[in-house]
Amino acid sequence: MSERPIIAISDLHKIYRVGQVDVPALRGVELDVKPGEFVAIIGPSGSGKSTLFHIIGGLTPPTSGSVRVADQDLSRLSDAGRTALRRNTVSFVFQKFNLLPNLTAADNIAVARHLSGKDHKDDPKFQEALQMLGIAHRLHHKPAALSGGEQQRVAIARAIVTHPAILLADEPTGNLDTQNSQAVLDLLRDLNQRLGQTILMITHNPEAAAYGHSIVHMRDGRIVERT
Amino acid sequence: MTYKIVRENMLFKPMRSLLSILLIGVPVTLILCLVGVSQGLLEDSARRTRGIGADIVVRPPNTSVLSLSGAPLSWKYVDTLAKVPHVTVATGTIMQPISNSLTLVGGIDVPSFYKMSGGFRFVEGGLFQNPNDIIIDTYYARQKNVHVGQSIELWNKKWNVSGIFEAGMLAHLILPLNVEQEMMSSTGKISQVLLKVDKPENVQPVMAQLHQMLPDYPIYTMRELISQLAPENVGGVREFINVIIGIGMVIGFGVVCLSMYMAVLQRTREIGILKSLGATRWFILKLILAEAALLAIGGTILGIVFSFGAKWIILQLVPASIPQVIVPEWWPRTAIITLVGALLGALYPGLSAARKDPIEALAYE
Repeated sequence: MSERPIIAISDLHKIYRVGQVDVPALRGVELDVKPGEFVAIIGPSGSGKSTLFHIIGGLTPPTSGSVRVADQDLSRLSDAGRTALRRNTVSFVFQKFNLLPNLTAADNIAVARHLSGKDHKDDPKFQEALQMLGIAHRLHHKPAALSGGEQQRVAIARAIVTHPAILLADEPTGNLDTQNSQAVLDLLRDLNQRLGQTILMITHNPEAAAYGHSIVHMRDGRIVERT
Repeated sequence: MTYKIVRENMLFKPMRSLLSILLIGVPVTLILCLVGVSQGLLEDSARRTRGIGADIVVRPPNTSVLSLSGAPLSWKYVDTLAKVPHVTVATGTIMQPISNSLTLVGGIDVPSFYKMSGGFRFVEGGLFQNPNDIIIDTYYARQKNVHVGQSIELWNKKWNVSGIFEAGMLAHLILPLNVEQEMMSSTGKISQVLLKVDKPENVQPVMAQLHQMLPDYPIYTMRELISQLAPENVGGVREFINVIIGIGMVIGFGVVCLSMYMAVLQRTREIGILKSLGATRWFILKLILAEAALLAIGGTILGIVFSFGAKWIILQLVPASIPQVIVPEWWPRTAIITLVGALLGALYPGLSAARKDPIEALAYE
């Protein structure tokens, strides 16, 4: 592993305005993640885990502080810059899978490739990943015809098809039974170990968190411990 | 990929898509039918005028190419104009509409009219034998489902159909001149004078002489008259068509705006997903505009199909009264009108979709 962090966060604050009230979601987060690291983030609801993900993933700008992701200073990025970050540098896997219901699994993956501008290139690395995911025979089905586990594997395939520097998994096993949860966690670990994929994963489950190289504990908008 | 997403979106809610296409198709049908009817009426009028075989038409003062009813001219004009050098035949006709209808009844002086036109081509029966005889064309016979020997009612009087002739000659219904003059209380009066000239090259010299003789009278060569029987040249028709086009555009705009606004609401989460994948604002806007464009194209095609349906229905019901024609030259125009209306209608929902906050959109249930 290289020593230079792929994610470097310092004194990160995020304040949401709800009506006329300012609600602080992050209160001075400090976090470094090295390339190829698998970091689990745990904490109670409202501790700021998802907000941290949204900022790292470029879905929302930070209020203050420094956030560098793959050598890009997110506090200076415009809306278009954050869109480009989501297209090329980070990818999401969500608890609710978030597949486009009108499209087949293959088309859901193709959309991500299309948006990243890589839809005409041969990609043996992705083919290898598809084999790992075990969904090759289900690609021509729409999400409604897939089980939760299959949908989440399609979502992971969609997330990695663009070869993002960072994969952000927001409670990826939250809607799955034990067996499928195990399969998805195994997949994430394989992706990390075999392809060197940097992964940040939010979870409430300590067993799932144990898959990470390190576990970040959050509470009240701060990182209180890293083990 | 853009097209695939748009297509799948439309197929995902087929009823919404079909309803939008149907609602866009209705004003397209309206425009095409209106233009088709106005053009059909004028073409029908031109065909019947051409069928007479005259070279020059003299109309009463203060009349337009379309206004023909009334009989302000004396038959003496026919006698006078027949003496103009190079005029070989002169005749006069009286034209009067059936009550509450655009259909005209023509009154003819049989000998001079036959000399000019060569006569009617009868498909059933023949010329008038009795004072209450009338002859009608094939369109009117079909519309009223009448045959020779049967009677029709006209101006509160029953008329015996003595003949049915091939359409394209002066009017859909023909009476002897003196009979129609009597019915209209216009004995000795006519609506227009028709002249035939010996040689085509003599038409212009005759026209010059007629203008000298009758300076205040509208005098047309047959070519001029027919060329003026177009919607562009008839006062009010152009404006009326424009109003209908405007209404069509507003309906198209409203339907698409409402439909796409609903679609954007229904697809809030999908828009959030696309944004999380790195879709730009332009990409999202493009999806909405492309869907609106496809709805507009579908609506235009449906409108064109409906215009054929409307023509068929009109032909079954009132072939003589409303001679609608199909106007293919208006298809691209209506397509552009609909497309512009639809794209304008999709702009607001499209922009609101493009501006959606991805986090809020992803949280949408």
